[in-house]
Amino acid sequence: MTDEIVLQAKGITKRFPGVLANDRVDFDLCKGEIHALLGENGAGKTTLMNILYGLYRPDAGEIWVNGRQVTLHSPRDSIRLGIGMVHQHFMLVPVFTVTENIMLGAETLHREMGGMPVTGWQRWWQTIQLDVLDRQGVAKKIAELSHQYGLDVDPDAMVGDLPVGIQQRVEIVKALYRQANILILDEPTAVLTPQEAEELFRIMNQLRERGVSIIFITHKLKEVMAVADRITVMRAGRVVGTVTPQATDEAQLASMMVGRNVILTVEKKPTQAGEEVLRVEGLRIRDARGLEAVRGVSFSIRAGEILGIAGVQGNGQTELVEALTGLRLPHAGRILIAGRELEDLSPRAILEAGTAHIPEDRQRHGLVLPYAVADNLVLCTYYQPPFGVRSVLQPKAIDSYAGRLIQDFDIRTPSAYVAASKLSGGNQQKVVVARELSRPIRLLIANQPTRGLDVGSIEYIHREIVAMRDQGIAVLLVSAELDEIMALADRIAVMYRGQIVAEVDAQSARREQIGLWMAGVHD
Amino acid sequence: MDWRRFGFIALIIAILFSVMVLIGRVQTSPIVIVTSMMATTIAVATPLTLGALSGIFCERAGVVNIGIEGMMLAAAFFGWLASIYLNHVYKFAPLPSLIGGVVAAVLTGGLFALLHALLSVTFKVDQIIGGTVINILAVGITGFLNRQLFFEEGSIFGGDVPHAPGTLPRIAIPILADFPVVGRIFDQQPITFAAILLVMVTHFVLFYTRWGLRTRAVGEHPRAADTVGISVERVRYMNVVIGGLMAGLGGAYFTLESVSSFEPLMTNGRGFISLAAMIFGNWTPFGAWAAALIFGAAQALQINMQFFREVIPPQLAILQISYVVGLAPYILTMIILTGIVGKTVPPAADGQPYEK
Repeated sequence: MTDEIVLQAKGITKRFPGVLANDRVDFDLCKGEIHALLGENGAGKTTLMNILYGLYRPDAGEIWVNGRQVTLHSPRDSIRLGIGMVHQHFMLVPVFTVTENIMLGAETLHREMGGMPVTGWQRWWQTIQLDVLDRQGVAKKIAELSHQYGLDVDPDAMVGDLPVGIQQRVEIVKALYRQANILILDEPTAVLTPQEAEELFRIMNQLRERGVSIIFITHKLKEVMAVADRITVMRAGRVVGTVTPQATDEAQLASMMVGRNVILTVEKKPTQAGEEVLRVEGLRIRDARGLEAVRGVSFSIRAGEILGIAGVQGNGQTELVEALTGLRLPHAGRILIAGRELEDLSPRAILEAGTAHIPEDRQRHGLVLPYAVADNLVLCTYYQPPFGVRSVLQPKAIDSYAGRLIQDFDIRTPSAYVAASKLSGGNQQKVVVARELSRPIRLLIANQPTRGLDVGSIEYIHREIVAMRDQGIAVLLVSAELDEIMALADRIAVMYRGQIVAEVDAQSARREQIGLWMAGVHD
Repeated sequence: MDWRRFGFIALIIAILFSVMVLIGRVQTSPIVIVTSMMATTIAVATPLTLGALSGIFCERAGVVNIGIEGMMLAAAFFGWLASIYLNHVYKFAPLPSLIGGVVAAVLTGGLFALLHALLSVTFKVDQIIGGTVINILAVGITGFLNRQLFFEEGSIFGGDVPHAPGTLPRIAIPILADFPVVGRIFDQQPITFAAILLVMVTHFVLFYTRWGLRTRAVGEHPRAADTVGISVERVRYMNVVIGGLMAGLGGAYFTLESVSSFEPLMTNGRGFISLAAMIFGNWTPFGAWAAALIFGAAQALQINMQFFREVIPPQLAILQISYVVGLAPYILTMIILTGIVGKTVPPAADGQPYEK
């Protein structure tokens, strides 16, 4: 790292209708450093990066690249200045090959690749974009780049067939192909296994040694401490401060992010496991395409314990939870709740057997977004007295019930009659949690309960889950965040390709070992 | 485009041809019947092929275009109108008038497509509604002008439909057209040849050029295209308009190549059938062409059947009723769209307006 500043933002302000996303933000990046940008969801990190990448225009402020003030009209401008961005949701076309994805927007003529001048008529074809693509030439250049930076990719592979870790590599090669020397990585580890994340950090270090400057956006404190040279923390659109990892610790960073002291570890007593509540035997489930996504899964959960299912997304967890909640019919195996096999696997039968469900995607499966908060709070019970009497809804009963839950669960909403879509992600999740946990239940199925939430809300949801366990409820926790599983679960099962490949006691579990199981490595 | 699909298409066409041969063989030699069927199939498939190519350009860029029917109808009318004007008012010879008519038809298609692009890309109107607007607009405009210009007292042509300058002449490909019997297949009118040529050109453009790569990227993942500096709006506009030009050429077939007159609603659902061909061909030019040939064969059956009406055996008497045979293309459309040969996959962003 040197003191030479390659990218600088001065007083960037960006307003969206109703939100001040960036408020006089100052940020700078030195040559050959990894500068972490830390903040909660909605803190304005991604907005700032989209401005630096030319996707948004700032309302005020200046951008300086390599000592010159610039105006970025579109990504084309920033690409020309050597800025590359790897977006949180990859910007890759799944049905294109690696080569096609990398060359897209930066296609070159055969002759240019060979270093030969381009003649008049070829220039004309190029202008009207009817020049023939040079797939082989680009593939060769990609092979060179991947060799040079240790980023192994197969140029002819179809991107949709690649695992996410490799897709991310393709994104990095895509930026390097455009000769980027400033790389913006937006939440790059959100989709990776711990091993893949380690691999990414190795690549980041290698790039830094070759003089690439990296902006690393994240909300994971551990990672920041491990790889960053400097850390800038944002909160509510403003920069709170810039520190170095040597001069700070996780607790301080967390309080900078949230604006108050946060308890990072979940306090929990040893489990007082009781009788068996859920038993699953040899469950086999097909996914939407008819392929077997869950291939013979068996486990049991007792009252008062949390079984955590760890695994990279897409290894059958979604289908498993769908089957357990009646949304998908298994084609083999048994589900027993409190020792009784369920004959009727409809969602309502399962629900009435005392199951609560916090779904993976709260907006699609947890809430009816256009409905009022109050209506969402009685979605499971509206047909029963006191909310529904002889098929007629009882607004008074619903109103007082909703009012009570809004208070008990601290749901921040202007009123009980605001559409659920108007609430923030954290408050939407609280609506789901309030509805599910304030019924008489004995089993809680929580799938990715804190995905996309800020530290404050995560803290709250974690406390609720542990409180449920202490009341003697059996909890099935599915999460792709290994930290979450490690913090909450009493027992940990690892799912890989539709099977439970390992089950361990949480106390004796080692992070690295679980990471290997998640990646399908078995000793 | 997979081989199973091609096999299925070949099978259907073979069945349709066999039916014709079985009925006609008492009167005419099978080779002559097959050749005649082939020549008619290729010719009749022309507007369907062009309509399907139009759909491919639009939808590969992510814009659904159900207005192809309307674009064709409008193009058929204005192309025909232009040829009459050139011939009668400006006293051009028939051939230049016809060529002028084709140009007018193509431009009409492009103009209607520009409207579609404006509605769906700039104003982000629901694309199905945008397409419906164009269909209704085309029916209205052509019906109204047709009546006003030709049939009203005191109109330009004084309530009297003038003679159109005829239809485009056949062009025989040297050598190939000189073969006995099969030579007839290579003796077609210009728009038919153009359609086949455009199938190949479209295939090349879509899969081998910069333009095609960008177009497909915009139709699959517009945001990815945007982040590498490609203007999604521009790509969509250009491709929708190119699609419109294709539909315009398809429209010209009806009034300048097939017959030399215009009738209200004369496209008769061909625009929609070409969308079916596009879907069945899995959004590929050759696939769509093959599918268009099925519908062409069904129509060729109907046309050829008329020559053999007297010799239809009594157990097939139902085929003597012309509208039973006439239904064939539409019934085929329905059967084919039920997804008989596997699923087709549209471009991922098809029909979705792009919001930054």
